[in-house]
Amino acid sequence: MTVSQPHRYTLANGLRVVLAPDATAPVVGVSVHYDVGFRSEPEGRTGFAHLFEHLMFQGSESLEKLAHFRHVQSSGGTFNGSTHPDYTDYFEVLPSAALERALFLEADRMRAPKLTEENLRNQIDVVKEEIRLNVLNRPYGGFPWILLPPVLFETFPNAHNGYGGFEDLEQATVADCAAFFDTYYAPANAVLTVAGDFTVEGAKELIERHFGDVPARPRPQRPSFAEPPPAAELRADHPDPLAPLPAVAIGYRIPDPIDELDAYLAYLVLAGVLTDGDGSRLQQRLVYGDQLVTEVSAGCGMFGPFEARDPDTFTITAMYSPDADLAPVLAAIDEELERLASTPPDAEELAKITARWAASLHKEHDRIVSRTLALGAFELLYGNPSLVYELPDRISAVTPDAVSAAAKALRPDSRAILTITPSGGAE
Amino acid sequence: MSRTAEEIGRTEIGPRPLPPLGEQRAATNLSVVDTVLDNGLRVIAVHQPTVPMVEVRLRIPFAGAEAGHAATAEVLAAAILTGTESRDRVAVDTELALVGGELSAAVDPELLSLGGNALASGFDTLLAVLADALTGATYADDEVAGEKARLIERITVARSKPNVIARQALQRHRYGDHPFTRELPEAADVAKVEPADVRALHQAAVLPRGSVLVLVGDVEPERAIAGAAAALGGWQSEASASVLPALPPVTPGDLLVIDRPGAVQSQIRLSAQSISRTDPRYPALQLANLAFGGFFSSRLVENIREDKGYTYHARSYPEFTPDGATLLIDTDTASDVTAAALLEIRYELGRFALVALEEAEVDIVRQYAIGSLLTSTSSQGGLASQIAALAVLGLGVEWLVGHPDRLKAVTAADVTEAAREFFAPTRFTGVIVGDVSKLAPLDRIGGVRFP
Repeated sequence: MTVSQPHRYTLANGLRVVLAPDATAPVVGVSVHYDVGFRSEPEGRTGFAHLFEHLMFQGSESLEKLAHFRHVQSSGGTFNGSTHPDYTDYFEVLPSAALERALFLEADRMRAPKLTEENLRNQIDVVKEEIRLNVLNRPYGGFPWILLPPVLFETFPNAHNGYGGFEDLEQATVADCAAFFDTYYAPANAVLTVAGDFTVEGAKELIERHFGDVPARPRPQRPSFAEPPPAAELRADHPDPLAPLPAVAIGYRIPDPIDELDAYLAYLVLAGVLTDGDGSRLQQRLVYGDQLVTEVSAGCGMFGPFEARDPDTFTITAMYSPDADLAPVLAAIDEELERLASTPPDAEELAKITARWAASLHKEHDRIVSRTLALGAFELLYGNPSLVYELPDRISAVTPDAVSAAAKALRPDSRAILTITPSGGAE
Repeated sequence: MSRTAEEIGRTEIGPRPLPPLGEQRAATNLSVVDTVLDNGLRVIAVHQPTVPMVEVRLRIPFAGAEAGHAATAEVLAAAILTGTESRDRVAVDTELALVGGELSAAVDPELLSLGGNALASGFDTLLAVLADALTGATYADDEVAGEKARLIERITVARSKPNVIARQALQRHRYGDHPFTRELPEAADVAKVEPADVRALHQAAVLPRGSVLVLVGDVEPERAIAGAAAALGGWQSEASASVLPALPPVTPGDLLVIDRPGAVQSQIRLSAQSISRTDPRYPALQLANLAFGGFFSSRLVENIREDKGYTYHARSYPEFTPDGATLLIDTDTASDVTAAALLEIRYELGRFALVALEEAEVDIVRQYAIGSLLTSTSSQGGLASQIAALAVLGLGVEWLVGHPDRLKAVTAADVTEAAREFFAPTRFTGVIVGDVSKLAPLDRIGGVRFP
């Protein structure tokens, strides 16, 4: 595999562009990342960033409702979008012959989306069905991404439910949509990424042709979402009538993923040491040794690493038997963290984590969807898409002492504990 | 600055034309070796050096008619990678991790599947760990006991999920007590499984003859085959892996309503008999399915999601077994619109079976089928999984390579015929899982049976 440096430039209207040509397969990925996620939605409008993402598929000046989907799919492509804490992405993956079409579709909705009352009402209904499907009608719905943040955080941007409450969704207006679009969907607030089978010169020409006349608007000031870490252990319980087993999520604050990347990576490696593979410490201790839990996992970010700016969360989740208590589970976790804090892991333990990360980054690169989205996200968050390719080296440079220090910083007196208690009483 | 939504949706130039498609470069030819080893194991190796990784998929036909088979098979899958004479659980994980590798096992009523990947430099290690498990998994008493306990809890969690409840209900409704329905064993049966049962099942059923190993990645096929032959030479048996007996055809009938008190959404699951991939009508059926509900721009999704807002998720799709295939239609809708959603599904089925399809609609699904095959097979993992799915049906890479041409040959008349033959609403049966106290309107449209 040869990976050349992605080509970066900025259009006159402020749109940042990342081009990553790679001719191994005759397919292309196109994505647009907008620098707004659910942390930016206003109070009283929970879920609005995600609802707005749905509306961006509902038509634009040149595209009737349903046309976006039909044009992508009739070109042999697939599409989607997703809303994250700090950004919203849209993408298409297509046979390379359809590159210009994908650029046209993205440019048209960046320039002039059709935000109508009818489409808004329809998509509010669809989003409510999505929430019923993924949260309300299933066990462990929203665990932990909706349930843990309000325990760990105090301020609205960090604590609120990014899927939104039905009452807030129902009150969304077309005027809200217009204001949100004008504020946050400016070309200067977005990153366009093209990866796969194309030439740089050809793509640049097509990009200028389609995006060049998207009018410039000011890039919004990005607020700080910083808030102090908890000064105590905070606890909350969520009764879940559908859940058969109790579960716990422990949330800790961690270093700024952007400004303190190497410190952040130490937590990524720590997560691997704790729960990646049967030989990892918490799998050995909690699942196979003491047999206190059915499953345990740890990681950075509510949806994985590199999805958010500061403040980000380190999470340990576990599911355990109704006959077991939480206290010994927490005690065992704290004991394992203390062991790591006092005795750094050895080189082989870290070599396992490093090799698995290298492999998983290769796999991510091999799937054109994830390659395109990763390059765009790293441009947006770090101003450096090449960082995707530097990560294996940066991760392997994390020292045993850094992992030990990270473990030491996960303190019981500054964390959030969210438990799920089965409340159905069935069976 | 504050523009209205109308101002935002309009520019001076006005609507612009959709650009045409450019020139499509063909995928490079795959270098493939498809062979059968001395022990009867079919091995398919494909060179796809896009990243320095290698993907492995092993599919072992693993059917069993005995009542306890599903439970023993689940415990076997949970414990097969927990240790051998030469490696304990931690050693397995450590060896794999050091080559960036992972392996996992899963079982269903048809197949025991082992799969994973590693850095290409660790190919031999990956094979060695796999071979050791296949020939020497010990199923230590304590590992089996631990896996049983966790399995019972996982089963409890799975049974609380609406999609699992609906799938189980549909399986019973379609096939009664056929072994194909035993996708999730009873916790009580798992509790009865002894380590000796698992060892005996491994001995009797984890067999190379009739199984297939797929290797895709940055390893030359000849070297991959040689590596597999060397690593798996000790995996021997004269017996053949156990193939699921043919399923009875799906009988059309009323939808059975299953009560799930308190549910805020209903699962609608429909099914009808279909045809296998090797049937000459299959390419037309594939396109018909896409047009009906197989992708976002389908009649089903455009109606009940994008027009009516009844659902977030609706789809139709084929399910293949060695001897045949069925069609499935899935959607989840709020309780108060469940009857209305079912009415729309029936309307779309009826219209699909009665009114000829236009060329334009067929061209869209054809382009989608060809293009999505290209993108889904452009990664090593995607290609490996596709080949493995075809291989268990007796097909090979040549089927994959030849499929775009088969799709190009399909006419609108062929698709119309497939729609007429397979999508008539009278061919379907199914289940609806939901809160019966909120589903009374179903009675007014009929064709449903309440508990």
